[in-house]
Amino acid sequence: MSIIEKISFDQTELLRFITAGSVDDGKSTLIGRLLHDSKSIFEDQLTSIANTTQKRGLQGVDLSLLTDGLQAEREQGITIDVAYRYFATPKRKFIIADTPGHEQYTRNMVTGASTANLAVILIDARKGVLTQSRRHAYLASLVGIPHLVVAVNKMDLVDYSQAVFEKICEDFSAFAVNLNLRNINYIPMSALNGDMVVERGDRLDWYQGTTLMDLLETVSIEDDINRDDFRFPIQWVCRPQTKELHDFRGYMGRIESGSIRIGDPVTVLPSGLTSRIKEILKFEDPVDEAFAPQSITLTIEDHLDISRGDLLVKTNDSPRVSKEFNAMLCWLSEQPLDTARKYLVKQTTRIAKAVISKIDYRVDVNTMDRETASSLKMNDIAHVGIKVQLPLVCDDYARNRATGSFIIIDESSNNTVAAGMISVSGN
Amino acid sequence: MSHHTFTHLDALESEAIHIMREVAAECANPVLLFSGGKDSIVLLRLAEKAFRPGRFPFPLMHIDTEHNFPEVIEFRDYRAKQLGERLIVRSMEDSIKKGRVVLRSETQSRNAFQSVTLLDAIAEFKFDACIGGARRDEEKARAKERIFSFRDEFGQWDPKNQRPELWDIYNTRTHPGENIRVFPISNWTELDVWEYIAREELEVPSIYFAHKRDVIRRVSGILPISHLVQPQAGERTENIMVRFRTVGDMSCTCPVESEANTVDEIIAETAMTRITERGATRMDDQTSEASMELRKKEGYF
Repeated sequence: MSIIEKISFDQTELLRFITAGSVDDGKSTLIGRLLHDSKSIFEDQLTSIANTTQKRGLQGVDLSLLTDGLQAEREQGITIDVAYRYFATPKRKFIIADTPGHEQYTRNMVTGASTANLAVILIDARKGVLTQSRRHAYLASLVGIPHLVVAVNKMDLVDYSQAVFEKICEDFSAFAVNLNLRNINYIPMSALNGDMVVERGDRLDWYQGTTLMDLLETVSIEDDINRDDFRFPIQWVCRPQTKELHDFRGYMGRIESGSIRIGDPVTVLPSGLTSRIKEILKFEDPVDEAFAPQSITLTIEDHLDISRGDLLVKTNDSPRVSKEFNAMLCWLSEQPLDTARKYLVKQTTRIAKAVISKIDYRVDVNTMDRETASSLKMNDIAHVGIKVQLPLVCDDYARNRATGSFIIIDESSNNTVAAGMISVSGN
Repeated sequence: MSHHTFTHLDALESEAIHIMREVAAECANPVLLFSGGKDSIVLLRLAEKAFRPGRFPFPLMHIDTEHNFPEVIEFRDYRAKQLGERLIVRSMEDSIKKGRVVLRSETQSRNAFQSVTLLDAIAEFKFDACIGGARRDEEKARAKERIFSFRDEFGQWDPKNQRPELWDIYNTRTHPGENIRVFPISNWTELDVWEYIAREELEVPSIYFAHKRDVIRRVSGILPISHLVQPQAGERTENIMVRFRTVGDMSCTCPVESEANTVDEIIAETAMTRITERGATRMDDQTSEASMELRKKEGYF
């Protein structure tokens, strides 16, 4: 076994991605192939799916069974929610958010996509760019996934035809021009036969680009986080009040974007009070500098009234702080939106009562057309106006995924009913 | 802008610390479940990183089946004392005495019955959040569970009715009587756990390392001889080098044959191993394809 040489445990990055496709696109087979060819499948898992394949009267090992989850799903042959899978190569560790492609798709894809660096959109080479491919691309752009892979699968069923592949690339890019997608990669493949997934195979010689695995291992994710605007939401104030640490007041949280150095002038929002960074602690170690997404403890030079929900920014930076903002909402609940009701908005560490004061338009996710709406039901996506009882720091989601995002909670059921993305530009 | 290395362990650690601080800040009465096993050892380290120089904003609790390995219990008490944090132990023996748990035999596996004692303890202390060390790579049902996993007033998990979990904005709200299980190391794998133990130089109970032990071989796996497991007619006791990959109920936790004596050697073995952690070591997960799912629905961790 050479795996031990391959998996070195010091310097590997973490990449999160989502796979989008419907039942027949070969999505489960693709994930199975990635896991299998990267040697991430264990013997007992293989035995178990071989048994299941046999039980269903089929032959061999059906890789798609690997991603089957719960008893209820196995009985009905469906998948009901987001499942997370893990595998590692010498270069990176990967987390796949696997979302099923049925009627609740929008909700599930938005959920899985919210933390993803990259989306793989599967297209059946025989069928080309379908309505659902457009929907997947739109959702990927809505949620601001930095990297997109268009996986043109089932090339084996179109004789590995270059012309078919190029037509699909053309169709997709013609449509994607109108979306906010920065980095699109097209890869022809056969997940079933393993061509261009992990191995190149020898049937797609006309294709000069990378395999899917190469791309996953090398795509640069360094700038997926906003490196410019320092944002530090206070999660917890540490006051040990012991003899030795009588006056210690540590502000604990995670840097959501940007970086900070000792001595930097900072402003507390929404109060507007200012001070300077005195110490940066990574657990017990004092450091000179820290950056997103590190979880750290900060102390400042002055005694200010700071508590959970406050946000530190650099003093030369002045984001908009407001009780009113516009946002794109994805409604997630079976209970429709009631514009007369009060909800809770949770953004970073701040929770505020809120009303959705207007629905500007709803987006038809299949055609991208805007339509009027007086309410929102599950899977609806809309541009809305929101009024909150406390001022929030309103970063544009397109500029800062971490602080531009929020969820809406129904106070009576305590359910998470919507996902929101602040839009400063008004679109 | 200077560039820094930020490894997958750094990313997983920062995520877990963020989760723990959210629980502490938003839940009224949380508790951290600590068994002395490797996953909860990692949780304690993460709690130190999240809250020091302050004290933990929650007590530790162990649901003791009294089928645990003595080395693990010893380690549990030692580590809690070393940290100076409060440890609550609730024993399944009490649930049995009260008639809340009825076992078919003294030697039957107690894993499945921990739920009763756990739910009783949650009611006793009115805990609204239990931080646990479960990981999504362990098992199919876990792969579909949220990091903040909501339980109804009967402690039950409803896989079809989970709250959507977006970005890392967590909804921690509960009604009285309900609670949330929180899994800060959901996204870690077995290998990540060992790599972190190595990086942080954490102590673990001795039975994780290779040692000589009397065992018998059964179809289900190698079983350690103890007062719960005795050789039956026709079975032969062997004394071989083994280590444990998990440290649960003594009657159903199987060791694996191993010579690994250090954390680095365990990492090497884990990176090479071809059998999943639960497949290798937990007889109670082999009984049916849906064992874990069924136990979770009933209130298991």
